[in-house]
Amino acid sequence: MSEVSVRNVSMSYGRVPALDGVSLEVEGGTVFGIIGPDGAGKTTLFRIMTTLLVPGSGEVRVCGCDVRKDFMEIRRMIGYMPGHFSLYQDLTVEENLSLFAAVFNTSIQENYHLVAEIYSQLEPFRKRRAGKLSGGMKQKLALCCAMIHKPRVLFLDEPTTGVDPVSRKEFWQMLARLKAQGITIVVSTPYMDEASKCDVISLMKDGRFFRTDTPEAIVKGFGKRMYELGVQGSIVRALDDVASVQGVESCSPFGDRIHIVSPSLGREELSGRLSAIGYDTSSLREAEPTVEDCFIEFDSRQNE
Amino acid sequence: MMRQFAAFIKKEFLHVLRDARTMLILLGMPVVQIILFGFAISTEIRNIDLAVVIPSADGITRKLTEKMDASEYFTVRCVLQDSKDIERYFRDGTVSMAIAFSPDFADKVFSPEGSAIQLITDGSNTNTARTAAGYASAIILDGLTEDMPVSTGGIRPNIRMLFNPQMRSSYTFVPGVMGLIIILICAMMTSISIVREKETGTMDLMLVSPMRPSVIILSKMVPYMVLSTVNYLTILLLSVTLLDVPLSGNFWSLSLLSLIYIIVSLALGLLISTKARTQLAAMLGSGMLLMIPVVFLSGLMFPVESMPGFFRAVSAIVPARWYIEGVKKLMIEGLPIWLVTKEFIILSAMAVLLLAVSIRNFKLRLK
Amino acid sequence: MSENAIYAESLTKRFGSFTAVDHISFSVAKGEIFGFLGANGAGKTTAMRMLCGLSRPTSGRAVVAGVDISRRPEDVKRHIGYMSQKFSLYDDLTVSENITLFAGIYGMKEKDIARKSRDMLTRLGLYGERDTLVASLPLGWKQKLAFSSAVFHEPAVVFLDEPTGGVDPVTRRQFWRMIYEAAERGITVFVTTHYMDEAEYCHRVSIMVDGHISAMGTPSGLKAEYGAGSMDEVFYILARGARRSE
Repeated sequence: MSEVSVRNVSMSYGRVPALDGVSLEVEGGTVFGIIGPDGAGKTTLFRIMTTLLVPGSGEVRVCGCDVRKDFMEIRRMIGYMPGHFSLYQDLTVEENLSLFAAVFNTSIQENYHLVAEIYSQLEPFRKRRAGKLSGGMKQKLALCCAMIHKPRVLFLDEPTTGVDPVSRKEFWQMLARLKAQGITIVVSTPYMDEASKCDVISLMKDGRFFRTDTPEAIVKGFGKRMYELGVQGSIVRALDDVASVQGVESCSPFGDRIHIVSPSLGREELSGRLSAIGYDTSSLREAEPTVEDCFIEFDSRQNE
Repeated sequence: MMRQFAAFIKKEFLHVLRDARTMLILLGMPVVQIILFGFAISTEIRNIDLAVVIPSADGITRKLTEKMDASEYFTVRCVLQDSKDIERYFRDGTVSMAIAFSPDFADKVFSPEGSAIQLITDGSNTNTARTAAGYASAIILDGLTEDMPVSTGGIRPNIRMLFNPQMRSSYTFVPGVMGLIIILICAMMTSISIVREKETGTMDLMLVSPMRPSVIILSKMVPYMVLSTVNYLTILLLSVTLLDVPLSGNFWSLSLLSLIYIIVSLALGLLISTKARTQLAAMLGSGMLLMIPVVFLSGLMFPVESMPGFFRAVSAIVPARWYIEGVKKLMIEGLPIWLVTKEFIILSAMAVLLLAVSIRNFKLRLK
Repeated sequence: MSENAIYAESLTKRFGSFTAVDHISFSVAKGEIFGFLGANGAGKTTAMRMLCGLSRPTSGRAVVAGVDISRRPEDVKRHIGYMSQKFSLYDDLTVSENITLFAGIYGMKEKDIARKSRDMLTRLGLYGERDTLVASLPLGWKQKLAFSSAVFHEPAVVFLDEPTGGVDPVTRRQFWRMIYEAAERGITVFVTTHYMDEAEYCHRVSIMVDGHISAMGTPSGLKAEYGAGSMDEVFYILARGARRSE
């Protein structure tokens, strides 16, 4: 039985639809990633799963409990880290953590072992106000506060947004260790390159999931060939020139190179056609599509 | 349960204590208001600069002039022969009131045709002008009657101001300031502190926790309750020591009434917070919805009795009106508690109603 | 030196005893896309504020678009464009009101504004939306419109502060195409980002750690130098040792 089960959930604010028939199943002890840009509906979905919002239609169960009826039970079993930093900025690190411990009728001492590893990094600053912490530190504190009552499921809504790459990397390492303890994690992110850290990801846009699978399977499902070509001179002109080559579906800038997507062209064929319009193809090589490439690809297929 | 509550109250106190600037304003405001009302914005008349026009000096005019000067209300700045220069003195601000006696005042005053006294006041400040004119007439009348032959036996009005023999304005505004400060601190600060948590997202976290909303609400109220109690005591102490306003009634009845009013204000703040989405909206909301009625409709500025019917009706739902009336009765008039039953009942009913509505409105989920 | 759009020499900013930006020196050529990376609190924002003439350097010198930023900070502003994720357009004004406002701020003539904004909106496919309130546009369109407004007066340098935060990938790619177009027109692009893949899109990047510039070069050059497979790794190697945070 899955820890989180969302079945065909729709939700709208007035006449604006925020979620349109979303379904997902999260197995216990896995990391489920919801990947999508701002406005995709990620936060609405998190608020429904954490019982803050009642879904317009559809069924949601967390830890086996229904979000409409048994929301008080669910609230005891989950940890939540909302999108923006939501701790008390005027309280110190220690005060924040002990408050959250008290809210769940426990104390830092009782559950110290749960957060020891992360909190030990914060302890030198435990008398510092949360508002004066750096982005990475705030994020660690927020995670500690969400963890202090030993939740079964952690909901993390864009925990890494606006955080620099070093802190982001450390954050994902922390999540991996929590997962090893058997905690189920549902996490959202706008950074496509973080997808590979999840067991299963859903690509989300405009209130809909358009692909749910393991990151490897998603990349495999790209189904087209991708090439990289080094360009001397104008990138913009190269993009226009290459896009007009027969058999090329799209191309995008990539520094001093461009990425070319083609449904079928082999390297030799493409090279010949590019040379024909005067491009030096000695740098042409096959490239691995990224999750972002897949996102764009599946999104466009969806729209067709 | 108790652990949650204690932790939460501690947290709320920390918020208040950490924001030193706001706390200073909250604690300093009553002191400043009392001092302002007590000394600067006094509606009492004192040392009005006076010009006296005496075309022909005689015993009575001299006596009346001396009497005016001797009173604490007037200071005679100049004595003139005729009235043509008066305007100049008004204009350059030397005087703000003048008394002109008619020629041959003493000879004619007790004769059938009589004498005339003209009072000229600075009408740009109506209230002061009217009050000053009143005082002046009283003094003149008093001076004249002393000289009257006893047999005449004219009517001599004897006005006594009950409860406030010196017509001190502090007697009116002390209850008013109490009503204002308490509602301001309780309602505005409670609503802002709840809405702030909505804005920063911490309310989401609290709602997602198994905390009961009543615990969240109650612990939000406690620090502001304490703060306004401190303010209540400060105002009381300042009024009694600094402004010589007596505490004629029972201290405990007055405190009980204030406590009920504090609860009404807290509930109002809570109600505003359930509607407002931003701190700014909460502040404007409490400012508009509370400050204006308290200032204009509670009797603080204008007496309720002299309001047009519509506003008098509206003032009936302004809690501050009942509180201020109750404070006047208990503090100034020194009435026993059973004569303030009406105010107690109305305020208690408001407290129960507002608390019920706002707790019902406090959502367990987001909208 | 005349070809440099930005030139900084020992640029330093201290706040009390804290040195936010510590003797940084670099130059950016005309038409170059320069990625300005760094961890939170490394001093990026402070450096950018100085270059925009918003904050006076404690010491050192910088010339932006031929103007000395310490001596004539007001003149700098006339030659630059600025766009950030947080503030870009007024939500309660329409598309064309926003453009007219920003163009007017930079002293463009009304006639030019009308003609140019028609061209620009047509190119963006937003001409039909010219009387729509910006608030009701999708995020991606807003960001593209904000960028177009920032370069509308053809500034010598445009500063982009995390311009693509949260936008969808399709828009992000279109956005980068617009950046390339601007650069090829001769506008120098100075951009900060948290997306490490975007670092690869820049001609040259610098990475700031603790107020210093720790590394500077082309993305491929840096990757080779640090033996890393991606800019993400280069960044991690450099910034891991950072001592200060915010």
